[in-house]
Amino acid sequence: MTSSSSLLEMRNIGKSFPGVRALDQVNLSVAPGEIHAICGENGAGKSTLMKVLSGVYPAGSYDGEIHYDGATASFRSIRDSEAKGIIIIHQELALVPLLSIAENMFLGNEVANRGVISWPEAWAKTAALLQKVGLRESPQTPVEKLGVGKQQLIEIAKALAKDVRLLILDEPTAALQENDSAKLLDLMLELKAQGVTQIIISHKLNEIRRVADRVTVIRDGSTVSTMTRDEITEDRIIRDMVGRDMANRYPHREPQIGEVLMEVRDWNVTHPEQPRQVIRDAGFTVRRGEIVGIAGLMGSGRTELAMSLFGRSYGREIRGAVTIKGERADLSTVPAAIAAGLAYVTEDRKHLGLILDEPIAKNVSLANLRGIAERGVLSRGREAQVAEGYRQAMRIRTPTVFQQVGNLSGGNQQKVVLSKWLFTEPDVLILDEPTRGIDVGAKYEIYNIMNELAAQGRGVVMISSEMPELLGMCDRICVMNEGRIIGELPKAEASQEAIMAMILRDGTSEEDVTNGERVA
Amino acid sequence: MSDENGMRTHLGGHLRENGMLLALLAIVAFFAVLLQMQDRPVNFLQPLNIANLFLQNGHVIILALGMLLVIVAGHIDLSVGSVAAFTGAVSAWLIVTLGWPVWAAVPATLLVGAAIGAAQGYWVAWWRIPSFIVTLAGMMVFRGATMWMLGGQNIGPFPREFQFMANGYLPDLTGIGKPHGLTLILASAAIILLVSLGLKARVRDAKFGITPEPMGFFVFRMVVITAAIGFVGWQLASFRGFPIVMLILVVLTVIYAFFTENTVAGRRIYALGGNEKATKLSGIRTERMVFLCFVNMGVLAALAGMLVTARLNSATPKAGTGFELDAIASVFIGGAAMAGGSGKIVGVVIGALIMGVMNMGMSMMSLGIDYQQMIKGAVLLAAVWFDIYNKQKRG
Repeated sequence: MTSSSSLLEMRNIGKSFPGVRALDQVNLSVAPGEIHAICGENGAGKSTLMKVLSGVYPAGSYDGEIHYDGATASFRSIRDSEAKGIIIIHQELALVPLLSIAENMFLGNEVANRGVISWPEAWAKTAALLQKVGLRESPQTPVEKLGVGKQQLIEIAKALAKDVRLLILDEPTAALQENDSAKLLDLMLELKAQGVTQIIISHKLNEIRRVADRVTVIRDGSTVSTMTRDEITEDRIIRDMVGRDMANRYPHREPQIGEVLMEVRDWNVTHPEQPRQVIRDAGFTVRRGEIVGIAGLMGSGRTELAMSLFGRSYGREIRGAVTIKGERADLSTVPAAIAAGLAYVTEDRKHLGLILDEPIAKNVSLANLRGIAERGVLSRGREAQVAEGYRQAMRIRTPTVFQQVGNLSGGNQQKVVLSKWLFTEPDVLILDEPTRGIDVGAKYEIYNIMNELAAQGRGVVMISSEMPELLGMCDRICVMNEGRIIGELPKAEASQEAIMAMILRDGTSEEDVTNGERVA
Repeated sequence: MSDENGMRTHLGGHLRENGMLLALLAIVAFFAVLLQMQDRPVNFLQPLNIANLFLQNGHVIILALGMLLVIVAGHIDLSVGSVAAFTGAVSAWLIVTLGWPVWAAVPATLLVGAAIGAAQGYWVAWWRIPSFIVTLAGMMVFRGATMWMLGGQNIGPFPREFQFMANGYLPDLTGIGKPHGLTLILASAAIILLVSLGLKARVRDAKFGITPEPMGFFVFRMVVITAAIGFVGWQLASFRGFPIVMLILVVLTVIYAFFTENTVAGRRIYALGGNEKATKLSGIRTERMVFLCFVNMGVLAALAGMLVTARLNSATPKAGTGFELDAIASVFIGGAAMAGGSGKIVGVVIGALIMGVMNMGMSMMSLGIDYQQMIKGAVLLAAVWFDIYNKQKRG
């Protein structure tokens, strides 16, 4: 494709950081009006490329050329690129939670006359923009009251307010539930019909298939391939991303299931602030060597169930009984839960799982400092040995265990969190979204680790929003809805349809009951 | 990785620690040269000044040790000046008014400090009231309590033993007298200990695959430390020997350095400052650690309060004013982060010494207190800016 027919043409882009060549020979051409997907493992250089494009890394700090809209572009800051209609929506949304939709919409670009804001005008404009993105909310609603999906739409509306010509979405659906994702993808197609060119960075291959006209795959900082719509297949994208064929996305395992390890009965939890019961009479069992999945929509209470079990880290007025290895377990505090043989690997590893500024070694030892200490005095040597052992066993890709965790990719960070919990020698591990935000290759490795844990005779509970993953990995799937475990499916009977049907049927019966109560 | 590259990454990583030491030496040299060039030349490095540096700034270093733990845990303590004044008054009341013996009054006062720390830590740790607010309240409450206790008057004088804590020197057990034999022995022991610990750490690093400090740097650092301790030791020995305050400081510094870097409890404080939620979910009772940091701060504030009272030989209502700011500034000059989770004891001690040397040097140049304050403020800002600039350049 020649530059005359492209809106954007990035040629031979290279970018170095001290000690790392982050981008090398990247070529990307985006035609006007298309949706162009960029795929690549974490750390492949997608975000760096977008920072080069938007001027976060100013012209001159990278090699190669950028042609945009028929001219050579040399952006020195985000302001420069925004002035030309290039707008990025980052994974972490840049909204101010306490301000209203309208205030956020025109932040830095206020509808004002000599510094005095004209609110009626701002509200009217906001309402018009909200309509464009299909969001029915008052412009005066504080952003914090909206879910992530709606906040995402506000970001897009904000971009529209700035006369966007090239919209870049960095993993826009990573935090979204399926129906919100679907809405967002529809909106992307609608914007395309209106002539807005878009670049989407995504891990989710089915979404790419749905919206993208072309896909460019980046691996290790270089462009591997660009394919057109009819060439796109998941297998090909995966192959180009990881550089090898992935015959099976889930490693094979011969389950060897033993006696019951943990049993939860009649578990009840109330919301920490509101007088609302979040978990109701939930119960499930985990056996030795078994991987049990917990499926459910967002808000069904999966994380709340796990965290309330783990030392009452969530909620209040917690009631219920737990037995581990046949004995009644005291899970009243986190140290007690750890002592009882339970480990909880959080879904939010950056905020709840890791100390990002500290090296791998210190993160691995954190939950079991006594394991590297004698009479309260730490042994740095023992700590380094322990961490080094896990680095090799887990294949954490880093030269030493003294590397700061914040510098690692998502997959490697997850392996550090897993190492931390394995060092506490747990019998039962609850893994909450263990593969969220990590790339295909690393996912496979995490699955292997999970299988290994089960093979060692531990019990594994896997919470996930990705149903194919649950179906591929679990021996048994518990389905949660509105704080209850509404059913259980053995591997042989489990399917996406079966799980969704269970949830939907539960929803209707629930409504019947409430209606019945109202009548009575 | 080439040698030059290794050196550069090493310098980048340890610029702060080595830079602090060099900055201290540079500031000392600066004043030494400047004071020598005056119309009436003064020897800045004379023994009396070296002894006075520690006698007059001992309380800041002690407060800064406790403040580091509080700041590492992600909090702040604005009340330490008032608490020092109040505990000073308590010690005066016990010893002078009630006639308690010193050996009973000192631990009793430390307990009062612990109780005050506990009272403040309780609100911060379990009620999650921001420490800035709790200790701002404490600052007012204990200033008022000091005035109430002293009834607006000074209480003194104290018995000899109490003053000895702040003004005394170690007796020369070797019997040489001049130069002071014990001082020389202590200085030599310190040098041997530091060098052997340094070598041991290198061996340990090599064993666990940590890239060691380039040999050149290590030797240079050891030479500088040896020269500095040797010089200070010799000067003190040729004067009156080893001040008791300095002994307290050295012992506390060693204990706290060991505690922060080599104990389970120390590690937990750093972890909770780095990410409290993750630390709590790792089974660590973060509330209790925060509480204990404040208790510890209270005890050290009481010690500092008694030292100042003993040095002045009277408890005064205005004692301790501004101590909290000196301590906090020392911690930040010493490289701790406002957000918590980082900072080293050695850095803090050097930070406090930098402040002390500047106070002394500027006073000897007869610079007014007005200029002194402005310059100290600028140095604080510059030190922290240097940190952030350095971080950005590497990131």
